Amino acid sequence: MRDLVIIGGGPAGMSAAITARESGIQDILILERDGQLGGILQQCIHNGFGLHKFGEELTGPEYAWKYEKKVKELGIEYKLNTMVLDITKDRVITATNSSDGIFELKAKAIILAMGCRERSKGALNIAGTRPAGIYSAGTAQKYVNTMGYLPGKNVVILGSGDIGLIMARRMTLEGAKVRAVCEIMSYSGGLARNIEQCLNDFDIPLKLEHTVVEIHGKERLEGVTIAKVDKNRKPILDTCEYIPCDTLLLSVGLIPENELSKKADVDISSITNGAIVDQDRQTSCEGIFACGNVLHVHDLVDFVSQEAELAGKAAAEYIKQGKKQTIEIAIKTDGKIRYTVPQVITDSKDVTLFFRVSDIYKNAKICVSDGDKQILSKHRPKLAPGEMESITLKGEQICGAKELYLSLEVQ
Amino acid sequence: MYDIAIIGAGVIGGMTARELSKYNLNICILEKENDVAMGATKANSAIVHAGFDAKEGSLKAKLNVRGSLLMPAVCEELGVKYKNNGSLVIGFNDQDRETINELLKRGKRNGVEGLRIVEKQELKHMEPNLSDNVLCALYAPTGAIVCPYELTIAAIGNAMDNGVNLKRNFDVKSIETTAIGYKIKSKNDSVEVRFVINCAGIYSDEIAKLVGDDSFEVHARRGEYILLDKECGDVVSHTIFRTPTKMGKGILVSPTVDQNLLLGPTSVDIDDKDDKSTTQDGMGQIIENAQENLSFVSLSKTITSFCGLRAVGSTGDFIINSPKKQFINAAGIESPGLSASPAIAEYIIKLLSEQGLTLTKKQNYNPIRESVHKFFEASIDQKNKIIKDNPAYGRIVCRCEGITEGEIIDAIRRNPSACDLDGVKRRTRAQMGRCQGGFCGPYIAEILSRELGVPFENVTKFGGKSKVNIAKTKGGKIL
Repeated sequence: MRDLVIIGGGPAGMSAAITARESGIQDILILERDGQLGGILQQCIHNGFGLHKFGEELTGPEYAWKYEKKVKELGIEYKLNTMVLDITKDRVITATNSSDGIFELKAKAIILAMGCRERSKGALNIAGTRPAGIYSAGTAQKYVNTMGYLPGKNVVILGSGDIGLIMARRMTLEGAKVRAVCEIMSYSGGLARNIEQCLNDFDIPLKLEHTVVEIHGKERLEGVTIAKVDKNRKPILDTCEYIPCDTLLLSVGLIPENELSKKADVDISSITNGAIVDQDRQTSCEGIFACGNVLHVHDLVDFVSQEAELAGKAAAEYIKQGKKQTIEIAIKTDGKIRYTVPQVITDSKDVTLFFRVSDIYKNAKICVSDGDKQILSKHRPKLAPGEMESITLKGEQICGAKELYLSLEVQ
Repeated sequence: MYDIAIIGAGVIGGMTARELSKYNLNICILEKENDVAMGATKANSAIVHAGFDAKEGSLKAKLNVRGSLLMPAVCEELGVKYKNNGSLVIGFNDQDRETINELLKRGKRNGVEGLRIVEKQELKHMEPNLSDNVLCALYAPTGAIVCPYELTIAAIGNAMDNGVNLKRNFDVKSIETTAIGYKIKSKNDSVEVRFVINCAGIYSDEIAKLVGDDSFEVHARRGEYILLDKECGDVVSHTIFRTPTKMGKGILVSPTVDQNLLLGPTSVDIDDKDDKSTTQDGMGQIIENAQENLSFVSLSKTITSFCGLRAVGSTGDFIINSPKKQFINAAGIESPGLSASPAIAEYIIKLLSEQGLTLTKKQNYNPIRESVHKFFEASIDQKNKIIKDNPAYGRIVCRCEGITEGEIIDAIRRNPSACDLDGVKRRTRAQMGRCQGGFCGPYIAEILSRELGVPFENVTKFGGKSKVNIAKTKGGKIL
């Protein structure tokens, strides 16, 4: 029996492990499927990481190294190249690697920190052929940054998620021509700073309300047809435009990787595609916690680390003291606020609710009520789906509530 | 010099090669692509039809019924997944019921066993997710599913293990008559053979014309499909057909042997035999149809959509004949070609022997091909034994499908070797899951490069110009 097993050695897993150790748990094991710790940060060689957490601008590998160094200093055990195959509700983990073969572990607590994956082209059902030259932005990033190869020289990017924006700049720096970034929505899903630094600074056009409607080319991609879309996101056919290109990168969304969580019967939110958790990031399965992008997709790794600290600390307490639920408050949202994390509160201490809005709202008021009376309201000049928001409630404000209701008043 | 050249490494060429490899013959398969199973075989409904569809007395009917009988044993020998899941032809109205009754009668005349009409109540029990508007169905318990490219790869692999030669990237340009038979030339290669078997799929009319046979045409019929995630594989357990109309068999819903859910195909005749593009209209039609058939289908679980081209012959039946001495056509093999393939192979051998080919059994013929699923299906203890001997089986490369480096290396090393990313995908399922190779693609390219001894940037998706990367990066150098 292990005390704490953490699945995933990326930023979430490492941060959770460090906090758990600092909270007094000695027996910790991180299982990482890749050949090194750090997760996807290892291929994110651009800077911009760590501003919130460390007050300095770091590259992905530098940010990861800070945690990796700490993991090693604290002597936290980890296994690399180890893939978890199964988790059960009673916290039995089956994993495999080349040296141990397939093995089983039982843990007092588990922290899920498997991260997310990119939505694939298949999910989009784009018409046309299926040539080489179509990649998710993260795959192209792996080829360029980790392996040192260039997928192509003439690029169109579909979707304006952050990885797509980063890759627009990266491919340009490698000598490729990025013809356009097409975004089906009327706003970008990426951070404002990435639009500025990755597109505008390189004169790469961002075509809002545009999508790729057809893929051309038999062996290697030869071009794409793009079109403007109407209000229902259907292509307007007389706006079709052919762009010759040898590469199409997709940055059309990230999906938390919860295949293992589902095996353990963890309740999954249909909105975040991650587990439903309480303020401690404990899932519906006792002793199983989740944090980072496997829980909900974050904008910044700094917030992933922060969230993982909550999970690490709570898992440590759970290992020492067992479950101690005092209350149960469900958090509901209106449509304008898409979701919150946590979705439920089980303890009457101060709590920060993280949330995303479903559209761009200006001059909006975030209101929290307990059904009868308003508990809190905060004005925000601008809210966008691409930027995660948060609001903090005091323990005494939620004490006695049965349900909290989060809504947006827009003038 | 070869006794026989088989043109085309699809399911027909592959099954024929395997059947012929039982005899003392020197055989080559000539394939114009970088891999086997690249034409109609790659993208079809993956159904072993019971055999009630084809007109009685036709080759289609005879070979379908015989083929579907032979199929389970063939799959067993080749270690290929085969599932006898049964099929249903569903009817929504009285007119459909009439057609279903006719199908029942025809099926009985074709010799299909166990056919019966199922009424709404029983149907709901058999398939709870069918639409409430379905009134009745024709139930064919002998209907089954198989993976067509897995079958073909295994058949050709087994044929190669028994001495058959596979020549890839051999695009037949001319066929000359010689004293002993024929000389077949590609752009930069040639083979001399006694017998030719034309299994060239949608191009089989063009191959026939090379020896002066213009008695038939083959045109391409586009069939588009949508494949859903394994989470949807149990939405239905049977293969669900619509009642056929003049427009064809319509769009089906079927689980696959790998537990995905397959929707399709559309049916549109096209002129360009190279045009494997999917269309907005086609995908719209599939979605609309699937929504009519089922009470609920989660299209957000779509993994991929693709298009296959069916080889539709001008005669309405399979065209299996010998227009010239020592030359056999197996053309116009549209549905139920996959189902009939083991029987077509037998039939071709009969024609060859009528043409004077001497058939003597090979002493050391081995009908068994070790299943590629051996590791995947092994118990944990067995797996650990394998990992101990070969640690590559402990490293999972494709996380979505749980495929190890050992299985990928095996697919590259055994016959017929996987030479590109798609080749690995079809043999192992690595890259076929929900991330579609997003994570494992680069690692598989690395393994291919290492195993085949080719530079990383020369690794292709499916041969030819389908390179995955075009150059090295600047490596920090400033231009």
